Amino acid sequence: MKVVVGQGSCGIAAGALKAYDVLEQKLNKDNELDITGCIGMCYLEPIVDVYNKKELHRFVKVTPEIAEKIADAVNSGDFSLTADYEISDDDKSFLSSQTRIALRHCGVINPEKIEDYVNDNGYEAIKKCVTEMSPEQVIEEIKISGLAGRGGAGFPTWFKWNAARGSNGTEKYLICNADEGDPGAFMDRAVIESDPHTLIEGMLIGAYAIDAKQAIVYVRAEYPLAIKRLKKAIKQAKEKGFVGNNIFGSDFSCDFKIKAGAGAFVCGEETALIESLEGSRGMPRLKPPFPAQSGFLNKPSNINNVETFANVAWIIQNGGEKFAAMGTQTSKGTKVFALTGKVNKGGLVEIPMGKTLRDVIFGIGGGIRDGKKFKAVQMGGPSGGCIPESLLDTVIDYKALSATGAIMGSGGMVVMDESTCMVGMAKFFLDFTAKESCGKCTHCRIGTKRMLEVLTRITEGEGREEDIALLEELCYSIKDGALCGLGQTAPNPVLTTLKYFRDEYTDHIENKHCTAHECTKLTKYKIDPDACRGCTLCARKCPTGAITGELKSAHKIDRDVCIGCGSCMAACRFGAVEVE
Amino acid sequence: MNFYNSNIDSDLTLIEPTLENLGDAPENLISVLQSAQEIYGYLPTDVIIHISQRMCVPVTKIIGVATFYSQFRLTPIGKYLIMLCKGTACHVNGADGIYDAISEHLGIKDNETTDDGLFTIKCVACLGCCSLSPVMMINDDTYGTLTPQKAVDILKTLAEEEKQ
Repeated sequence: MKVVVGQGSCGIAAGALKAYDVLEQKLNKDNELDITGCIGMCYLEPIVDVYNKKELHRFVKVTPEIAEKIADAVNSGDFSLTADYEISDDDKSFLSSQTRIALRHCGVINPEKIEDYVNDNGYEAIKKCVTEMSPEQVIEEIKISGLAGRGGAGFPTWFKWNAARGSNGTEKYLICNADEGDPGAFMDRAVIESDPHTLIEGMLIGAYAIDAKQAIVYVRAEYPLAIKRLKKAIKQAKEKGFVGNNIFGSDFSCDFKIKAGAGAFVCGEETALIESLEGSRGMPRLKPPFPAQSGFLNKPSNINNVETFANVAWIIQNGGEKFAAMGTQTSKGTKVFALTGKVNKGGLVEIPMGKTLRDVIFGIGGGIRDGKKFKAVQMGGPSGGCIPESLLDTVIDYKALSATGAIMGSGGMVVMDESTCMVGMAKFFLDFTAKESCGKCTHCRIGTKRMLEVLTRITEGEGREEDIALLEELCYSIKDGALCGLGQTAPNPVLTTLKYFRDEYTDHIENKHCTAHECTKLTKYKIDPDACRGCTLCARKCPTGAITGELKSAHKIDRDVCIGCGSCMAACRFGAVEVE
Repeated sequence: MNFYNSNIDSDLTLIEPTLENLGDAPENLISVLQSAQEIYGYLPTDVIIHISQRMCVPVTKIIGVATFYSQFRLTPIGKYLIMLCKGTACHVNGADGIYDAISEHLGIKDNETTDDGLFTIKCVACLGCCSLSPVMMINDDTYGTLTPQKAVDILKTLAEEEKQ
């Protein structure tokens, strides 16, 4: 039997290596033990798959003890005692309701073995391109597919390729933006960790189309496993002759380089990324000239995102029309989302465009955790916005999502329930953009700082009547005045929360009240004397000594000393601490 | 801020192989600095001056780059670098409470190092393990689904291992 352990970063963090070690020790030698990348059901990690001929036994949340039982079952061929640890039918629907193109190999192949990729028609698409198609035909096929940039902006891929192809110059660069900086997004990491050859093949096709001899992957340094696997994959592809000179005996040659980013969100902006590749501070350049005319080292360059490239080989193999058959009028194909937050089933979700947000969150995601109520979903990270319940039937489509004030973005989908304060959420993102602003233009550098100050005072109960109007004024002037996408979109989290959750802002300002009880300065606690057993635990946990009381008698909180941190509520085992 | 510290004496031969390999192209500056940080744990002043001379890049530019990117450090860090994720999913799932707990336990704030040189706390934007939020990474190991208590217990275990 073949036993496969999912070893993406999430799986490893959840304990996949321990499970692997146990299996390695206990499995009889006639069984095969292998690894795979991210299966996408992060909420069930670590996951172990056992292939018994054609039958698949998928085990979830595998602790070392369960791994031992799985090893016994595999050795004996009797799975009756391990049935409890197998995935439930309900959880099976998480994967079966998806359509996987960019993620087609994730959790299926071993990302460290090129043979696994080649056996599934790997590198056939680039072979077809260089032996049967002209670069123009490749671009035409991508045009038919309707593939648009998956990094967030949704710009047609064929158009960028065509512009770079049309640029003069013998030295051109094809660059992959793997600087996945949006907090709450991890699709690109999963693709590189689980299927690095798909990225390499997609990039080779792009390089052939624009006539570039050098491909560069700019990966964020926070993804060490992704960098390691990509390096290994490039080495293997070179050995097989898929990367290097005269690929498949043609005139096309292309070499690969990896550059690790150094931690700057703004480097997701393409001109800032180029500055960073050149060894400078990642500050955006004025456009035009566009990178297609003058990019890396002032040479024509084309930059696409990881997920965009992950679709390319599939499109060449299956035809642009098949890709375009999925989706809506204006958005074609599928989109990968990183579904997280207060949702029951978090993980990687790839679905055709045109499904609704409700399909993703309540269908595949299984709704909200702990029986709480849905409040909003944040899409597009710091450049996006919060979408309320009334708009859950919005279809996943670049235009429809932009109309809500949020954006498709790179695919982060963070679900929030009633315990999340929306003013706090806006503050969270402004804190992020204020820190990540590169400082080049005044509107972004100073504007985000001023907005953060206003939001901070609102969450601390110091909000002023005129603050909402002031925030709106700042939002619009930053949008108009900022140089790059980071600044121009930085006000979106504030604008969308003001649009859909204005009541929360006024409640904070006028009543000094936070309905989510998240703003500690606006939250006071009290102890229910009937429920309190006088165990003294809360008094010991209280950082300010606000709680007094004798052992075995009801305790009391001194309102004036309480800082609203909530430690008492978290500590109490009898549910005696309540919000006032 | 004063970056110059004349009291350090780093072994400059350690960075030579990197400079031989990458040093002649100014666009490799970030890669060289990454390698230097891997070797020395941070970017010591004398190493920066040495890189500047070998690559013909002004010290001001190197300091500019080193202070722009969050990965680079100009001061030494503890043996264990705690990278506490404060990304969106971690925020929604209570990252602030984790920070308060480990900060109180260690008696240090963000970007500070404990007196015994064991732990440094650094809050980061997103580690990309959102489905396990709240998450922290200590050196190369990731710890997920934290509670304030669990986070403190992990630090206690590491400190305990150090004593032995």
